[in-house]
Amino acid sequence: MSSPKSAYSIPTKIGKLDTHIFVVWVDNEAGVLARVVGLFSGRGYNIESLAVAEVDATKNISRITIVTTGTPQVIDQIKLQLKKLVPVHKVADFKREDKKVIFKEMALLKIVAQKKKIEKCLKECKKFNPVILDKTSKSIVIQITALRREIDKMSKKLKPYGLTSTSRTGAIAMTRGAETFK
Amino acid sequence: MSKLFTGAEIVFKCLEDQEVEYIFGYPGGAVLPIYDELKNHSSIKHILVRHEQGAGHAAEGYARSSGKPGVVLVTSGPGATNVVTALTDAYMDSVPLVCISGQVPTHLIGTDAFQECDTTGITRPCTKHNWLVKDVKDLSSVMHEAFKVATTGRPGPVLIDIPKDIQFAKVSYKKFKKEKKLNGKSHNKFSQNEIDQLINLISNSKKPIIYTGGGVINSGPKASETLKEFVRLIGFPITSTLQGLGAFPGDDNQFIGMLGMHGTYEANNAMHDCDLLINIGARFDDRITGKIDEFSPKSKKVHIDIDPSSINKIIKVDLAIVGDVNEVIKSAIKKINKKQNGLKISNKQKISKWWEQIQKWRTKDSLGFINSDKDIKPQHAVKRLYELTKNQDTFITTEVGQHQMWAAQHYKFNKPNRWMTSGGLGTMGYGLPAAVGVQIAHPDKLVIDIAGEASVLMTMQEMSTAVQYNLPIKIFILNNQYMGMVRQWQELLHEKNYSESYSEALPDFVKLAEAYGCKGIKADNPQELDDKIKEMIDYKGPVIFDCHVDPNENCFPMIPSGKPHNQMILGPNDKMENKITGKGKSLV
Repeated sequence: MSSPKSAYSIPTKIGKLDTHIFVVWVDNEAGVLARVVGLFSGRGYNIESLAVAEVDATKNISRITIVTTGTPQVIDQIKLQLKKLVPVHKVADFKREDKKVIFKEMALLKIVAQKKKIEKCLKECKKFNPVILDKTSKSIVIQITALRREIDKMSKKLKPYGLTSTSRTGAIAMTRGAETFK
Repeated sequence: MSKLFTGAEIVFKCLEDQEVEYIFGYPGGAVLPIYDELKNHSSIKHILVRHEQGAGHAAEGYARSSGKPGVVLVTSGPGATNVVTALTDAYMDSVPLVCISGQVPTHLIGTDAFQECDTTGITRPCTKHNWLVKDVKDLSSVMHEAFKVATTGRPGPVLIDIPKDIQFAKVSYKKFKKEKKLNGKSHNKFSQNEIDQLINLISNSKKPIIYTGGGVINSGPKASETLKEFVRLIGFPITSTLQGLGAFPGDDNQFIGMLGMHGTYEANNAMHDCDLLINIGARFDDRITGKIDEFSPKSKKVHIDIDPSSINKIIKVDLAIVGDVNEVIKSAIKKINKKQNGLKISNKQKISKWWEQIQKWRTKDSLGFINSDKDIKPQHAVKRLYELTKNQDTFITTEVGQHQMWAAQHYKFNKPNRWMTSGGLGTMGYGLPAAVGVQIAHPDKLVIDIAGEASVLMTMQEMSTAVQYNLPIKIFILNNQYMGMVRQWQELLHEKNYSESYSEALPDFVKLAEAYGCKGIKADNPQELDDKIKEMIDYKGPVIFDCHVDPNENCFPMIPSGKPHNQMILGPNDKMENKITGKGKSLV
């Protein structure tokens, strides 16, 4: 290593990266998403997907689900930094491998092809609860719900069958069983 | 129906309820209704600055020296963008500020109106929280919430953006009930179990060190008293960060000096070799830790802090206690006194060898320098300034650079809130406006800005503010004609290529002082220094003191980049023993 010509130290250890899903309950007010997203970009954290919508209209609460990767230390920081934001009520953080949590993502797939190929696509989609939302003689729009990586795989697989566009919601999460996250 | 007030009136009602005495600000189109209302509120005095950045730093100086939040009032657009540096500075150093900015009327927001900018967007990453008030009904609750957010937990700046039409709109005002001090979004729920663990670590350690930071100052003057009691009780050596100076008396024998990049030899070596490190209200900043992998490798680490996100951010600790510093130390003292299991005596014996080692390090006299009878050495100037002002309650602010480090090393602080410096952000131009704010908070005290000639020129215009309000601040410039710290790094790291770090055509500071209507004093030889410093102190009014110092002096000791604590470069006195070779040499 050449001598560092810097007033700062040089990064040395790089930890193992984990994928985590954060669920953040926030006040549904102007700028709240910018605060959360700005925290991620400002501190150099990574966002793989993000889903947000109001879930309680009377209490004015929105639920943000963020998929991110980072070292355990970074994941810890993300959680603590999120908790410091004024409109944030609570933060839950799950490992992707966590068996107690359901992760799902919805995707809309548009396939433009001949009937035969469309039929094949439907067959491929079978295990992901396909719903046909629109159908013409040369096209179809299918809705599927699956894990992120399953949808990744599907869109690759369906490309040769005429998949022309994909729209995805980003993952959302819910714990299994009767408990809710406090 | 209850009486209706305009938004501008509501602003002042809230400020009155929050017992605000001073606002630092600068008027402009979008805040005119608020300025119009100023005359009706005699308990609130407005300090007119010359640039909005100055308003921010003055409010910081006011806040840090008084413990009360600083209030800033600026207009939209450039008014708001000019204050961004000060907000960021306050965010980094945890200073409570409430900034009120005007905004174009709500119906013009988003149209690129005259002097419009996305103020809440711009200031979002440099405030604890900010608000754009779009309905006058929300104004009073937002104002009070703003003060709460700024002052509770880990303090910091907040901003309230008020469109001009909201300042005119009318609404009723609910009387404000002051809650007893809450800790806001912080957590003060440490457990007795954690205190027990702390005491266990304390009683088992042989080579302990306490490392304190600005959190102790922010916890209030009581925390410094409690800290003193705690440190005396357990007899441990104590070091402090730049921001923590003054929390523990600087001339006390248990105090082993500041640590970090320009800290003392004894403090840094003790940090490296200790077996127990107790961090109280500090944040393991990179100027403190040096090389992370080799930071204090043999120690158990304890971190006491009110901000949970500070813990394990940079350095993994063995015991984290989240809470207000004063509360945590108080319960630790209580526990120790209750136990009385001979800890006082046995532990002091156990660490006596450690103290012997520290004494050995101390004999290095790492803050030493070769004095001269021809040139004024900057360290000598700070030392003389200290000697000549230590008999009175003196407040010191600084700019950023070599002079700042010399001030931190050679000026000994015995009380908290007497030392105001820009640590986290390192804002050149901080010290002069901060001194204005300090003097406002303490009109009868001696306030000195230890400055560098490059830094002070960044906010020199605030001398005009000082003159306007008869603020007898003393600007003590260590003038070496260089951006000294830049020059030092260039000398040590960039083969003496002094690229753009020399200031040609500096102003004549004595004449500049006279132009502002204050006194200018110039000193350029060591024989006359004392008399001139006395002249400065005795003068009843603002002074610019142009102290010409040796331009080639470097700030030592120093941990070079990428090195751990035990590999410091000592001053020129130590050249023979300096074992830096090979690779290191290209650093030096």
